[in-house]
Amino acid sequence: MRRLILIAVPYLWLLALFLVPFVIVLKISLSDTALAIPPYTPTLDLSAGWQGIRDFFAELDFENFVWLTQDDLYWKAYLSSLWIALASTAMTLLVAYPIAYGMARAPEEWRPTLMMLVILPFWTSFLIRVYSWMGILSQEGFLNQFLLWTGVISDPLQILNTNTAVYIGIVYTYLPFMILPIYATLDRLDISLIEAAEDLGCSRASAFWLVTVPLSKNGIIAGCFLVFIPALGEFVIPSLLGGSSTLMIGKVLWEEFFSNRDWPVASAVAVVLLLILVVPIVLFQKNQERQQEAEK
Amino acid sequence: MNRLSWFNTVSLTLGFAFLYIPMVILIIFSFNESKLVTVWAGFSTKWYGELFRDQAFLNAAWVTLKVAVFSSTLATVLGTMAAYVMVRGGRFAGRTLFSGMIYAPLVMPEVITGLSLLLLFIGIGLDRGVFTIVLAHTTFSMCYVSVVVSSRLVTFDRSLEEAALDLGCSPAEAFRLVTLPIIAPAVISGWLLAFTLSLDDLVIASFTAGPSATTLPMKIFSSVRLGVSPKINALSTIMIAIVTVGVITASLITKSSVARQRRAEQEAARAS
Repeated sequence: MRRLILIAVPYLWLLALFLVPFVIVLKISLSDTALAIPPYTPTLDLSAGWQGIRDFFAELDFENFVWLTQDDLYWKAYLSSLWIALASTAMTLLVAYPIAYGMARAPEEWRPTLMMLVILPFWTSFLIRVYSWMGILSQEGFLNQFLLWTGVISDPLQILNTNTAVYIGIVYTYLPFMILPIYATLDRLDISLIEAAEDLGCSRASAFWLVTVPLSKNGIIAGCFLVFIPALGEFVIPSLLGGSSTLMIGKVLWEEFFSNRDWPVASAVAVVLLLILVVPIVLFQKNQERQQEAEK
Repeated sequence: MNRLSWFNTVSLTLGFAFLYIPMVILIIFSFNESKLVTVWAGFSTKWYGELFRDQAFLNAAWVTLKVAVFSSTLATVLGTMAAYVMVRGGRFAGRTLFSGMIYAPLVMPEVITGLSLLLLFIGIGLDRGVFTIVLAHTTFSMCYVSVVVSSRLVTFDRSLEEAALDLGCSPAEAFRLVTLPIIAPAVISGWLLAFTLSLDDLVIASFTAGPSATTLPMKIFSSVRLGVSPKINALSTIMIAIVTVGVITASLITKSSVARQRRAEQEAARAS
């Protein structure tokens, strides 16, 4: 009996607040735009709510999904989100790897402090970390002031409200997620393997490519997924650092919902985003399972 | 290898500079006299004064704190239960679905979680406000708690629990007297994680809040959208200071408890 309660409480909670809402999104994405309930119904009572849901059940079709393929905006936004997420994941990897490598080679007694320094930004508000770049990248911001002062440029660059700013924002905010798994694999790496490679005639660089990188593969893969998956649906970074030309699907969904108040289309956008995410999530899960089995 | 090569020194220096310079600049300019966030005009703490006089910010901070305390506590209870079920529950119908529902919210884009919960709340006619934000935050942070707690439960020596049961404890007593004290550090870090996630969340709160409740991230977001402002810098500085003190304290506590444990182990080894 006690066991039943123990299972039932979290189970029912997740069913009611995770699975059921998702089924509702699916239903609404299949319903007609014209049938959309008004965005604001503070007087909405329970019976009208059920009536609303029953209406959605009445007329299900793929009209909204057809609409997504017809209007350029959506597929361009999906493609551009995929591209931005991919490119910024690669950039994050390039920035994170040397840091993780340096941490793993640092004297033993420094490592806990270095770890803490990487984790600290993770506990700091995401919004604040994104905001901190607004003052740096703006027209009269520090980066422009610095570059003007050194004489590299003669006119301030427009960085804020461009895709460049979005890349910087993603690399900056997701950097700890890439550093930590790579550091974890590099930390366990047996230095004598590299020494052996060098003794056997490898140059430092080829020992790095032939020994260190393959042995840290699991950390690299885990880090890439941890950056890529949330970056794909990112909303805060493109809306604060990006410009009007920055197309990311999280922002499109938000605007579809809050500005255009088109709930069925917003739901359809969400369903397609999730279908796209299923591929990397399943791959990530497989990779984690393989890794756990390898450790056994 | 005790000394860093120059390459590692440079990459560590540049890496940590990249991580910390934006925050340092943010903090410095919270003490700026001028309204401009990029031109230094002398030291002043007036933005902190303005912040504390701004009722809208204070209200939002209060809402955020309430939501965070309730949702993280609820999430810790539910998440610990879920972790226990996952690790100790054995086989039961729908176990795969259960573990799927625990892991899926971790990778679900916030916009989708927010949208789906909002549509649910509207569907069942629930008035949106602090209560609905608490429900939403509890749902996603209980999954984080359960991941943290179950990773501790997996490494836990089950014979300790069995010994307690053999010695006459009821299962509930065994849990309270043996299991809970051992997994307590994981439960506490789960709570802290849930608390931080709730404090931090903008997207899900924006969907589920409705017009009656505004959280601090929502307030920050709406004012930052119009451009940088020294008041937000002041607020950010306070939040960074709290987090820094918290993280350093937590790491000192774990450090000393690890040292204590090691000492105890050494003494036990010497005694035997």
